[in-house]
This record gives sequence, structure tokens and C-alpha cells, in this order.
Amino acid sequence: MTTLDTGPTTAPRPSFFNDPVVRGIVYQVLVAVLLVAFIVWIVGNTATNLAAQNKSTGFDFLWKTAGFDISFSLIPWTRASIYWEAFLVGITNTLLVAFVGIIAATILGFTIGIARLSSNFIVSSLATIYVETIRNIPLLLQLFFWYFAVLKAMPAVRDSIQLPLESFINQRGIFVPKPIPDPQFGFVWIGIALAIIGVIVLRTWAKRRLEATGKRFPVFLTSLAVLIAIPTIVWFASGASVEFEPPVLERFNFKGGLQLPPEFVALLFGLTIYTASFIAETVRGGIQAVSRGQTEAAMSLGLKEGDRLRLVIVPQAMRVIVPPLTSQYLNLTKNSSLGAAIGYPELVNVFSGTALNQTGRAIECIALTMLVYLTFSLLTSAIMNWYNARVSLVER
Amino acid sequence: MTEVSATTQDRAAPHMTVSQTNVAIEVVGMHKWYADFHVLRDINLKVMEGERIVIAGPSGSGKSTLIRCINRLEEHQEGQIIVNGTELTADIKRIDEVRREVGMVFQHFNLFPHLTILQNLTLAPIWVRGIPKAEAEATAMHYLERVKIPEQANKFPGQLSGGQQQRVAIARSLCMQPKIMLFDEPTSALDPEMVKEVLEVMISLAEEGMTMICVTHEMGFARQVANRVIFMDQGQIIEQNEPEAFFSNPQHERTKLFLSQILH
Repeated sequence: MTTLDTGPTTAPRPSFFNDPVVRGIVYQVLVAVLLVAFIVWIVGNTATNLAAQNKSTGFDFLWKTAGFDISFSLIPWTRASIYWEAFLVGITNTLLVAFVGIIAATILGFTIGIARLSSNFIVSSLATIYVETIRNIPLLLQLFFWYFAVLKAMPAVRDSIQLPLESFINQRGIFVPKPIPDPQFGFVWIGIALAIIGVIVLRTWAKRRLEATGKRFPVFLTSLAVLIAIPTIVWFASGASVEFEPPVLERFNFKGGLQLPPEFVALLFGLTIYTASFIAETVRGGIQAVSRGQTEAAMSLGLKEGDRLRLVIVPQAMRVIVPPLTSQYLNLTKNSSLGAAIGYPELVNVFSGTALNQTGRAIECIALTMLVYLTFSLLTSAIMNWYNARVSLVER
Repeated sequence: MTEVSATTQDRAAPHMTVSQTNVAIEVVGMHKWYADFHVLRDINLKVMEGERIVIAGPSGSGKSTLIRCINRLEEHQEGQIIVNGTELTADIKRIDEVRREVGMVFQHFNLFPHLTILQNLTLAPIWVRGIPKAEAEATAMHYLERVKIPEQANKFPGQLSGGQQQRVAIARSLCMQPKIMLFDEPTSALDPEMVKEVLEVMISLAEEGMTMICVTHEMGFARQVANRVIFMDQGQIIEQNEPEAFFSNPQHERTKLFLSQILH
């Protein structure tokens, strides 16, 4: 404390062992030494044990042929593919179910959360029953339910249940027509991109006009119209078309179409429905955290209900909702590893399961798998922390 | 109770005129229940333009509920409430119409914590009145100067003291240029030394002829500003009179008891 030294009287220094600075240094050095000693011991121990079992270490196995099948893959996979490709298949499968799951769980969760606050007794009771049932049953059990009790209980391929739009459901999953766009369809994509840019421009313009003249513009309806109209016009003008290749039942299985394997569907359903129940509670809590006085103040200023929600309630509720929502997204991503239990080839199943068993490189496989989840989680929370810092309240 | 400075007291009275013909608020035979609890019983009240009314009474007497009925933050079940010629019914359009013309100041300020002071003041003028942003900001700065805190325009509510927040809340209502102002215990949540700055703003509003209804325990304010004091107990208007007569010669036993307990 240099400021103390400038004064006429100097406080007496504490004795050596009572000085907080000295104590701080002593404790930190102690912890560091213990930590290093522990790491040296565990690495040495592992190396000795592996040597005793005649096991080699290293990541060279990643470039060797894997030689096993993976039932579902987004990237090309054959038995001749190598281990790091298996690693990629696992990552993409995990990302696929997590990505679709997060979007679906968010939509379902917000809907149920708002429904719990409904003044309609039946709506709010149903939402409450949903939340209290789903979040109190273990996720693994729910996955088993969807996989074994629902999807595996479907009829055999021969007796597939036909759904509308030439879709089928049976033991082997859901079969839907596969869209095959012709080359002209590229123009439609450009049209969609143009429409999105148009909407952004429109919103900016409407905001500027409101600020300049005070005139409101029906932004939502116009945006919707633009988003539908431009791609549709481009569609007809370019003569683009999309062929749908329907699944056709042959002797033993369906040919053509798009197959959603039951493992994927069960995992997606389970994760979505389970996580949505937690998101619903988060949303309900966030909205209720905004005091009644805020609504009353907005009412007494003459703001209409839509404006009250959009300008006053939602921005404040989001601050409360976002941090726990982040951990729900992280939970969903990590929980997708339970897919291993129902045979969905996600990262843990493929890499820490099959690949590990075949190569025996336990440490390497587990470490790589952990690294992937750690990266996902840190990335997600970095983005959410950034958002949170941006919207946090200034209080002093 | 806070004594307001002698200078404001001197210039307070003469400017305040009450319209003889124009009715601002009319409440006829109004009843309200919370489930089985009869909160307001047969309320009849006529407020002329330019009147300054103070409502006093013990807690739970229904005084806050009464003024909250006037801009329909609470629903009444029986009787009529007519504000600026518009009768309050379940019709949302009429409710919005009334709320645009009636400002309200709350005990706990209820500023929007996620918006700056300036944004708090311009939100309703922009989105309700459709006033261009630049113009709304100019009006907002005008009212911030009136409540003597223009330098706080770009801060957030959490950074202001209670008294400053309440003055912002008053300015926020004034930005909508209301015809009537309702005050629901505006100084009850304030530290004692901040009560005066808020009361001074309210007094200057009264001097400009604003029609006001204040639920307050500030009897000094009532004596100085009000042209009528209303005493409520158990959901009824028990007594009303000019402040001088009300304080010096209360008629009803309940009023005497109340005054003896708060005037020491």
C-alpha cells in the first residue's frame, strides 16, 4: 500500500506470517507444487501401466482403416474409411441432433412456457402437467420409451403405415420423399437471399421513417409478403422445379426417398421434449420476473398490448431467460451422448465406443471426445456471455 | 410531512383556477369487488378541470384502488366512470384513448430499467402519439429541465436516486401531455430528504392548472395545493371539504381520529 507510506504515520507492518501478501504467495506455491506432483505421478503411472500391458500410445491410429459400419452418416462413409473420418462422422451426427434439437426445443419450450401463464385454465393446466411430468422422468428412460416403446413397436417394413405426402413409418424409421431440385433452382436460392436482404433494408427504412416522421409502418406483414413473394416470382420466372423422389417399397426395404432412422428420431424427440420442459420453466420465470409495475407503467402511458410486450416486457424478460437458456442448450448437446444407449452413431458411440474398442487407445479416444464437447460448450457460452454483456442492465 | 419553502407557498394559490363548466372526471355509483371483498362502495365523485384533489385515508381504505380505476388499471363492476367524456367500459379502444390523456405516477416509480432516461421519456410519444424522434427528444429535454435533471438524460434509471427517479417518472407522464395526472403515493417510497424535490415539481404542475388527483399522506402538500381533500375509509368516501375546513373542523369521527393520529 504505497498510499499509506506517504502519510505522516506509517501503520506497523504485520509480522511475517500474518502478512496477507506473504500468506497468499505461500498458499499459491503450495497448490502449484501439489498439482505438478499429481500430474507427474498420474502420467508416470499411466505410462508404466500401458507399458506393462504392452500397449502403445499415440495418435497414429487416426490414419488407419476403421473397417466397421456406421448406420447413419452425413458424410460419405465406407468400411474402408479411416479413424479420423469416423471421428468426423461422430461430430457431425452429434451436431446434427444438437442443432435440430436446440431449435425444436426452443420453439416448443417458449410455447409451453407462455402457455403456463395463459389465463385459460385448460391451456395452463396442460402446460403444467407437461412440465411436471417430463422434467421428473429420467432422460434415458424417455429415450428408451421413444425408441423401444414407440418407434420399434411400429410394424415391419412390409406393413408400413402410410402417412400423408407419400411418407411411411415402420420399424426402420420414417421414410419421406426426397427433394431433388433441378439446376434452375439455384435462382430461387438467390431470390430467397434477395428477399432476406430486402427485409433487412425494409426494417431499417421503417425504423428511420418512424424516427423522422413518427409514422408507423406494418413491418411484420410487409416482411412476410416480401419473403413469400420474391422467391415465388423467381420460381415461376426461372421455370425452376423440384422433383420429389418418393420412397418405394421393394421386396425387403424401401428404395429411394429420405430415411430418418428410428435412432435419430427417438433421440431428437427425447432431447427436444425433455429440454423443452426446462426451457418452459425458464421462460415462465423470466416473464414473471418482470414486475407487474412495468406492465402498469406501460399501460398508463397508453402503449398497446403488442407494444408493451415488444418494447417493455420481452427485452427485460430476455435478460433473465438467456443465461439459464444457455445451460439448457449445453445440456442438450451433452445429453445427446445418451444416443449411444439406443444406437445412434453420435460422437461417444462412434469414437469412444466402437473406435476405442477396436484400437484400445482409451486415453486418446476419450481425450479427443472430451475436447470436442469442451469446445462446443465453451463456444456456446462465449457467444451467450457476449450477448448477456450486451444487454445487461446498467445499475450504477 | 414536509414543509415546502415559503416562496413557493406564496405564489401557489392565486394562479390555480377551477373550471366551472368542464368536467374532467365523473364517477357515478361505482362499486368494485375483489372476489367477495367489497373494496369500493358507491363512489360518487365529480372532478372539474383544474381541480387539485388529495385523497387521504388509512391504508386499505381503497384510495389507490379508486385512482387506479380511473385509468382502468383496475376494473370496476358497477356504476360509471367517465373521463374526458369517454366512459370506461371493457372496450380496449376506449381504454387506450383514456390512458393517452391520463398520466399516472406510481409509488415505486416503475421506470423502464433497460432504457435510458431519455428513452423512457420518448417511448410513449414515439409509439403512441407517432411523434418524430427528434421532436419527442426535444420535448423530453424540456420536461427534464422542468424537473431539474437534464444532465441525467443518458443515464439509466438504476443510476439515479429515488427522488430523481420519481421526477423522471413525472416527466415521463408529462411528455404525453396529459389532461389529467394521477399520483399514487408518489413520495411514500422516498427517503425523507428527497420528498421535497418531488413535491416541488407537483406544486409547480398544480400552478399551471393541471387537473390532479393525489393519493398522499403529505398533509402539508394537501393544505397548500389542494382545493379539495377527500377522506376515505373502508371503501367509501366519508367526507370531503376544502383543505382549511377539512383540517380545522373535521365532521366525521373517523376523520377526527385519523387526523389526530397523523398530525402531531
